[in-house]
Amino acid sequence: MHDGVFGEGRAVRWTLIALAVGFLVLFLVLPLLAVFAEALRRGAAAFFAAFDDADTQAAIRLTLLVAAIAVPLNLVFGLSAAWAIAKFEFPGKSVLISLIDLPFSVSPVVSGLVYVLLFGAKGLLGPLVDDWDFKIIFAVPGIVLATIFVTFPFIAREVIPLMQEQGTADEEAALTLGASGFRTFLTVTLPNVRWALLYGVLLCNARAMGEFGAVSVVSGHIRGLTNTMPLQVEILYNEYNFVAAFAVASLLAGLALVTLGAKSVLEWRYGDGLARVHRH
Amino acid sequence: MRRYAALTWGQFWETVTAPRTLAAYRLSFGASFLAAAINGVFGLLVAWVLERYDFPGKRLVDGLVDLPFALPTAVAGIVLTTFYAGNGWIGQYLEPRGIKVAYTPLGIVIALTFVGLPFVVRTVQPVLQDFEREVEEASATLGAGRGQTVFRVVLPALVPALLTGGALAFARAVGEYGSVIFIAGNMPFVSEIAPLLIVTRLEEFDYAGASAIATVMLIISFAALLVINSIQAFSRRRFGHA
Repeated sequence: MHDGVFGEGRAVRWTLIALAVGFLVLFLVLPLLAVFAEALRRGAAAFFAAFDDADTQAAIRLTLLVAAIAVPLNLVFGLSAAWAIAKFEFPGKSVLISLIDLPFSVSPVVSGLVYVLLFGAKGLLGPLVDDWDFKIIFAVPGIVLATIFVTFPFIAREVIPLMQEQGTADEEAALTLGASGFRTFLTVTLPNVRWALLYGVLLCNARAMGEFGAVSVVSGHIRGLTNTMPLQVEILYNEYNFVAAFAVASLLAGLALVTLGAKSVLEWRYGDGLARVHRH
Repeated sequence: MRRYAALTWGQFWETVTAPRTLAAYRLSFGASFLAAAINGVFGLLVAWVLERYDFPGKRLVDGLVDLPFALPTAVAGIVLTTFYAGNGWIGQYLEPRGIKVAYTPLGIVIALTFVGLPFVVRTVQPVLQDFEREVEEASATLGAGRGQTVFRVVLPALVPALLTGGALAFARAVGEYGSVIFIAGNMPFVSEIAPLLIVTRLEEFDYAGASAIATVMLIISFAALLVINSIQAFSRRRFGHA
């Protein structure tokens, strides 16, 4: 029932498909290809030479370190928040739900600014931090904090709706059969949400490695010390070192593609194990 | 040492209504609105094509829609700039015709359209999926042409999702920084967005000024969030879905 009054005619259908695909090719596919094309513009040797640079290597290491701290922490936070929200009733629950979404509605620049205002030299907690002789702003801890903040919602948002759909019947059964609360969580709750959890971790990781605005504000851009990969891309680009900038960028674009691929596989194969409604 | 809470109301007002700040707000909100509108039109089109038609490579296209969520904004920024610069892949065809994109407000709209692209598609898609085909058939049986059915039966039901997606894209665009600063040119009064002005003030150690500009942006973002939530609440009452 695709033709005539029940559907669009062939010509209309293909015109619309061509328009939509054309728009996506122009806005998504070509820019994506351009990242790799620009990175390889001067050949493979120039591409690989970009990674011989010590500052670039330091940036890659820092990005991996930040993601290795931020993602597991948000896994724990996100899972705890989701568990509390989906399985229990408590006062202030709706406030907590809105708070989880907060980083999505705040400009990354403002997210970074908040930490500068808190921990910066003139910040509210600045004097305290000075006493500890422990730098947060313009240092790695600030980058980690800002990254945790902006990536906080990713895991919680995937897991909360799924846990809410699943309800508490499985847990009640396990408890009735004599399992302890912790065992119930490990053997019932956790396996039930494993695919949604993986999905959230993927998105969280992509954002953690790619975050620019918030990290840029707190980093101080010290070469070899506080530059993450996206910040290194900016520096190389502003130095007109385009091949190197796009070489680093192509790693990040590759990560984005892997993330999208894994996400699509999860959606096709384990769609039932994911929340039906995704909000971004 | 002076702390930033030290702004009086008068100073606060002076900061947020300074001509340069106002120009930045106007640009940020204006460009974000335009980008959201473009995404409204094309997002609806893409969602429609993905939900209603079959064509080769459909799954690939569907997966690609989320690219702007996965691609770091700095990467999007440099690649779009390279793309639309005077000697770039597309810029070389546009500039001889007098259309300058990179380093102008038009470039900002392009970058914001890119980052907001998935929102409308992903909010409209599930609604379209759940839409009862019987309703369309009923409309056709009652003598409506296809155009009438689409524009008077299907599209009105999609309006709340369309508005929600547009508002999400708008909210994201207003705060966007990474993808814009490369393509914008960043000239005060012309192509300087509000988040960049915050960063500029921070780099001048004018924490009070940065916070004041950020405060106004936060208030407007929360207002946008409120609008989104009320559209969704209305939609749940009226159509039974968000």
